Amino acid sequence: MTSQALRPQPHFPEQDTQPFWDATKRHELVYQTCNDCSNVIFFPSRHCTACGGANTTWNVSKGEGEVYTFSVVMQSRHPAFKDLGAYAVAYVDLDEGFRIMTNIVGVGNPIEEIQCGMRVKLVWEDQGDGQVSLPMFEPA
Amino acid sequence: MPQRREAAIVGVHEYPLRVVGPGTSALQIKAASAKAALDDAGLSWSDVDAVYDTGSHQGIGGLGISEYLGIKPKVIDSTSVGGTSYEFHANHAAMMIAAGKCEVALLTYGSTAHSDRRAIGTGGFTGTATPNPQTNMEAPWGLTLISNYGLVKQRHMHQYGTTNEQFAAISVATRKHAMRNPEAVKAMTDLEFVGVNELSIEDVVDSRMVAWPLRLLECCMISDGGGAVVIASPSVARNAAKKPVWIIGTGEATQYRENGGDITLSAGAQSGPRAFADAGVSPSEIDVLMAYDSFSITVMCMIEDLGFCAKGEGGAYVADGHMAFDDPTKPALNTDGGGLSSNHPGERGIFLLLEATRQLRGESTSQVKDPKLAVAVGNGGSLGSRHATGVSILAAD
Repeated sequence: MTSQALRPQPHFPEQDTQPFWDATKRHELVYQTCNDCSNVIFFPSRHCTACGGANTTWNVSKGEGEVYTFSVVMQSRHPAFKDLGAYAVAYVDLDEGFRIMTNIVGVGNPIEEIQCGMRVKLVWEDQGDGQVSLPMFEPA
Repeated sequence: MPQRREAAIVGVHEYPLRVVGPGTSALQIKAASAKAALDDAGLSWSDVDAVYDTGSHQGIGGLGISEYLGIKPKVIDSTSVGGTSYEFHANHAAMMIAAGKCEVALLTYGSTAHSDRRAIGTGGFTGTATPNPQTNMEAPWGLTLISNYGLVKQRHMHQYGTTNEQFAAISVATRKHAMRNPEAVKAMTDLEFVGVNELSIEDVVDSRMVAWPLRLLECCMISDGGGAVVIASPSVARNAAKKPVWIIGTGEATQYRENGGDITLSAGAQSGPRAFADAGVSPSEIDVLMAYDSFSITVMCMIEDLGFCAKGEGGAYVADGHMAFDDPTKPALNTDGGGLSSNHPGERGIFLLLEATRQLRGESTSQVKDPKLAVAVGNGGSLGSRHATGVSILAAD
């Protein structure tokens, strides 16, 4: 689905997160691991936040994980969100070991249907021609 | 171990208005509060040799505010870590005074958040248009400030079984204190609160849902306001107009959204023990707890993480009550009424120091009987993503 009004978009140039957003255009959810200390790095970053090194590898996530926690915004004045009604923002813990801010979609009543620990899978919301795509999650 | 007597709060002022209108600026609130706090201490403008301010509302940080005030300090500290910046400032000032680098430190804060209609507590999107990693990885999903804290409350309820009724006890206890504070009553009146009265648990759990699971009466107000604190060396403090309130322990820490991390565990779990160890006192000795109440969940985390109860048992702790000024069972909680019901212009940290000082001087509108020790624990940033927690432990003379 594509929203009528545009959500707040990532802004560029932003050198640390650019590779992450470029990958979303291919519908790939990517994250880094550190070749020196094995740390899973997220947010995307040129340096490893555990050891300071810059020897990292980009990996593609399978897009499966669980809801760590969520909150439901009851009403928003932002034009991209106000027609959604109540919508759920969440942290999802991917099975590869990183935690992402996201939305939980594909549910009727988010307050009743979303639970901490619930298994979820990745879906994409394209933001327009040639633009980034937003990773979101729905019940697995 | 003897308590430290190396630096003391000697002057305080809380700007009385929460709605200032277009005729007064944040900078003017800072200057007026500075003058009043120095008067309170019996000191003058020219005595100030150190400036602590986040550097907001004037260009080039601590340099800009020093010029605006007309002070040429030996020490400038414009640490800016959100609402707890002022605990950081007080802690740093105490250290610099103890090191002999300055004698009279001035801490200032001013904000016209309400008059500016800035979205601090009720809905704005986090982040700015300036490209940065945080904003790029959070803003597109519509996270609001309240939902940021909602993430933490939801996890707390899931992890420990904490109930909405338990969270509501925080709003109920602190509103009682607010109703005894004429400035808080005026604040709630001027900000057009629906009910300027004491609250029941039902009032809170039946109030409007803003961002599940946070309801309106668990959220702080958005006011204008400000204040100032004067911190001085022992030799200055001994000759000040009022009894000194000593800074005897300090702690600072940060916490972030981390892969696999426990979002319910705030930075206070690090800075609290640091401050208590520094002061050589324990939570059970504290008479007054000034805990940053941006939201109910913030207080819950501070109570647990500073060790007033075990982690996860904060719900039972607050639901049990005994947090009023006239009940010696537990530390009195937010005796000015807190950010929920008295004053929250965006960065509440300075008010924690102000009310703790009033308590230890015997000047509060909800005065605890003969208090010896108070804790000011601030929380800056956003609890669910990145925040700092500064702790200042204060002792009566």
